[in-house]
Amino acid sequence: MEIPSQLRYSHEHEWVAVEDNIATIGITDYAQQQLGDVVYIELPEVGTQLTKDEAFGVVESVKAVSDIYAPVSGTVTEVNVDLPSSPETVNEDPYGDAWMVRVEMSDPAELDDLMTAAEYERFIAEEQKEE
Amino acid sequence: MNKLDQQQARMQSLPSARHPAPHILRKRTLLDEPLIFERSSPGRRGYSLPEDDIPARDLNHDLPSPLCRETLDSFPEVSEGEVVRHFTRLSQWNLSAATTLYPLGSCTMKYNPVVNEVVARLPGFASLHPLVPDEYAQGALQLLDDLARCLAEISGMDAVSLQPAAGAQGELTGIKLIHAYHRDRGHPRKVVLIPASAHGTNPASAALCGYTVVEVPTGSAGILDTTTVARFVDSDVAALMVTNPNTLGLFEREILQITTLLHAHGALIYMDGANLNALMGVAKPGHMGADVIQFNLHKTFSTPHGGGGPGAGPVGVKQHLEPYLPIPRLVREGNDYRWSEAFPHSIGRVRSFYGNFGILVRAYAYILAMGGDGLSHATRMAVLNANYLRKRLEPAYQPAYAAPCLHECVFSDESFRHLGVKTLDVAKRLLDYGFYAPTIYFPLVVSGALMIEPTETESKETLDEFADALLAIAQESAEHPDLLKEAPFTTPVSRLDETRAARHPVLRWTQD
Amino acid sequence: MRYIPHTEHDIAAMLAAIGVPAVDDLFTSIPEELRARAAINLPPGRSESAVRACLTQLAGMNRVSPEVVTFLGAGAYPHYIPAVVDQIVQRAEFATAYTPYQAEVSQGTLQSIFEFQSLVAALFGLEVANASMYDGASATAEAVLMAKRVVPNRPTVLLPRSLHPQYRQVVHSYLDGLPDTQIVELPWGADGRLDLTALSHHLDQTVSCVVVAYPNVFGVIEDVARISAAAHQAGALVVTVTTEAIALGLLQSPGALGADIAVAEGQSFGIPLSYGGPGVGLFACRQRLLRNMPGRLVGETVDHDGRRGFVLTLATREQHIRRERATSNICTNQGLCALAATVFLCLMGKQGLRELAIQNVKKSHYTHELLQQTGHSRTRFPSPFFNEFVIQIPQARAVWQRLKAQRLIAGVVLEDWYPELTDCLLLCVTEIHTKADIDRLVQGLGTEGEAGHVATP
Repeated sequence: MEIPSQLRYSHEHEWVAVEDNIATIGITDYAQQQLGDVVYIELPEVGTQLTKDEAFGVVESVKAVSDIYAPVSGTVTEVNVDLPSSPETVNEDPYGDAWMVRVEMSDPAELDDLMTAAEYERFIAEEQKEE
Repeated sequence: MNKLDQQQARMQSLPSARHPAPHILRKRTLLDEPLIFERSSPGRRGYSLPEDDIPARDLNHDLPSPLCRETLDSFPEVSEGEVVRHFTRLSQWNLSAATTLYPLGSCTMKYNPVVNEVVARLPGFASLHPLVPDEYAQGALQLLDDLARCLAEISGMDAVSLQPAAGAQGELTGIKLIHAYHRDRGHPRKVVLIPASAHGTNPASAALCGYTVVEVPTGSAGILDTTTVARFVDSDVAALMVTNPNTLGLFEREILQITTLLHAHGALIYMDGANLNALMGVAKPGHMGADVIQFNLHKTFSTPHGGGGPGAGPVGVKQHLEPYLPIPRLVREGNDYRWSEAFPHSIGRVRSFYGNFGILVRAYAYILAMGGDGLSHATRMAVLNANYLRKRLEPAYQPAYAAPCLHECVFSDESFRHLGVKTLDVAKRLLDYGFYAPTIYFPLVVSGALMIEPTETESKETLDEFADALLAIAQESAEHPDLLKEAPFTTPVSRLDETRAARHPVLRWTQD
Repeated sequence: MRYIPHTEHDIAAMLAAIGVPAVDDLFTSIPEELRARAAINLPPGRSESAVRACLTQLAGMNRVSPEVVTFLGAGAYPHYIPAVVDQIVQRAEFATAYTPYQAEVSQGTLQSIFEFQSLVAALFGLEVANASMYDGASATAEAVLMAKRVVPNRPTVLLPRSLHPQYRQVVHSYLDGLPDTQIVELPWGADGRLDLTALSHHLDQTVSCVVVAYPNVFGVIEDVARISAAAHQAGALVVTVTTEAIALGLLQSPGALGADIAVAEGQSFGIPLSYGGPGVGLFACRQRLLRNMPGRLVGETVDHDGRRGFVLTLATREQHIRRERATSNICTNQGLCALAATVFLCLMGKQGLRELAIQNVKKSHYTHELLQQTGHSRTRFPSPFFNEFVIQIPQARAVWQRLKAQRLIAGVVLEDWYPELTDCLLLCVTEIHTKADIDRLVQGLGTEGEAGHVATP
């Protein structure tokens, strides 16, 4: 399972890549494995205000539906409009082509609440033990 | 290997002159029936219209052509015999309760008595228009009145509405009754409490009424405990929705304390009656504190499942909810029945006319045939069957809870998960053994749940065969797990690609 | 008991295996105070012949054709049901099958539902149809709820008063108590169609949908295209509702006229009257609205070996996954009724459904014309109609009572549903009515029972 070291991770299994004040967000390899084959994605529109820890989208597999939660607050500047028409990309390339939104952060300090790759790996191990 | 491949393999071993061409074989066997549209040929007809002795008329004069469509595109044209053959062949692809055990938990797939089909089709019922004067429908009205009384007696409730068309609609009705009750008292509360183990229709129904759903965790013993429930109860709670026995097949032992607690805070109890088959003659919901309960006639009361309906979901209520029942309601004047809408506090209507009358007739016939003694016996044998199965399966399958079950038993995937085998695989392999699979992945609180409800109409021999099959599968899971993961092999189609169906939905036939 | 196989021997063997002495011991989890009061006070079970006798006696107390001739429609329609339909739905493999969750052993049910969806979509002229809902009335309510989801923040629903009163009652019940919801009922005009002035007066940015009854309760055919244009301009969705599904075999499809969602009661398609239920709700919508559509859906796919097969799909909209965020709480569809409708439509086919609709038009218009000729009644709404129409006749209720005494039911006394429509009768004529029946009705309505004259408009 992939957990790229340069990214940051939320407790709801989103990953964040940061460049200048822009956060790129997607869901992790672990998340897509848990979901199974993704069949549908709902993403917000450009200009939408996101609030940290609130749901901003939905990802569906055949048997389950999951909210996507904002790891940081800000304004959506870009949306991966190709993704909804090829939902399998989430399974195939969760950190690359399956990026979901780009957000101009309103409070970069929120990044401190996110986990590092090592912390996320431990977090997943704990979750798996609980099951 | 499925039957077709087996046949082909066998034939390939014969001298070539003796085997029929595969494409002809495929068409002629039961394993490949095209869509009716693919059997269509322009000009074929399968209908006749009644004799028309009316003088000729000009359609365009009666209905100007701009109002009319040109044609019914995409409709098939086939002969009557082709329709019969098509649907007869399709039917043979189905497993059904008439052909095998259907151990679906919480579905109560008991035997559907054939006499019920006969009486539902009596012209006095089948040809009766719902708007004839009440005096022309006295037989129907008497039946409905008597059925309502029977259901009230069985459940210990005070009044019954037969209007809701299905269990889910009965739930919606019940929640609306509760909502009307609170609103009438000037305290429209906002929250409905629902156990985590509840059926999905419960929170969906509550949400449809505008309530906020708060989930109550079940205790480690699988049942609700009063202390936990107490943490969630306040003056904003309108109701607790509870299933008893719950979806784990366990009786909610603390039900009296819990319902008393809710009532003390002015909240009401909605009881989901899906599991009534475990209670008849043993405990009445009306004595447990239920204020409203829905009945699933297509479960407890033997009406057929029909591949997904129609069912019927009457609701029973205590007196304080009676004013809110849907209209119209039956009133009796001497020996005569009539419909009345003169109930100003009613929540209104949930369905056109009076309910799924044809289904109500079937349930009534069942209750007459069973009688009070028969219904009690049904519950006792249903619970005996479930416990017997649980005992037979215990060596290989992990019960979700230590307590004995009532009419259904739940197992987790603990005994086979480590072999890389999923509950889904076990279910699919059961199909190869000629059984329908139990309910899987419900309730959500159990990992990889397998919920088994045999019902009382299954014999010990059938239960033994079913248990033997599951034990064999347990052995296969250890020795040849691929048999499970690739199953089913002997069914008309093998495992279907659900991902593809969801990613690229094709929901109708199109001409191309 | 003939439905329960257990012998004393079976019970003893099973108890021994479980390890308890008696069946009673399996109920120890149930508090004694409940068990003590639980006896069911109903008469003992009866033999099959006794059950049949009892039900036959009850059925015999009801009055049906040919003992009585009725011209009743108004939401439930008498049509001829071909023998094949009942034979197929009585097949135990269809009738006793469960919801097709285990698709590999339910292809019969699944394929027939796929065919049903295809036929319903084609009938409505819309891209996608679901596997059915309980009835036309609840389908209407669900359509309204769906429209509110599709265009959120628009609280108003416009409902015509000329929609069947029971359907309106159900919509009110479903929406009652929901926040941000307002139902506005629109009047009809002199011609019995939706009052377009009232419509444009109420159409604004707060309206999520306009419901159009097509045909409406008076049998009148609405100008759906015009209503749709107005609604769409205001950003509202159009929901059409059809109580007599046979009409769709001949009339312009709702989809062609601009409907976004179309629903109907499908009882006319091979399902007996059965005192109003069960029926089947037909439901279809535009492709872009698919994910908001309630109800089950069957989709085409392939199996491991590349063979075509069918499965329940897009289940994540439904209650068992979404729970409180589901599009609806609906669990069952009307499986066997949908199958009856499918078989019926396959038998009728492209030509048959149209011809059947034409015969309905023919007989109803013949009746209507004869009534106009007698002069005692007048057409209440001078608009095109399908197989139902309204006449105004002096002392309508008394006339109706007189005919009832002769075992002829002259439709519905409309005053019971619409107090302002005094002296009006709603009549329905279908292919099952013979010339003799019709002549008898016309004669009965034409006889001077009471002193009266044609009311002036």
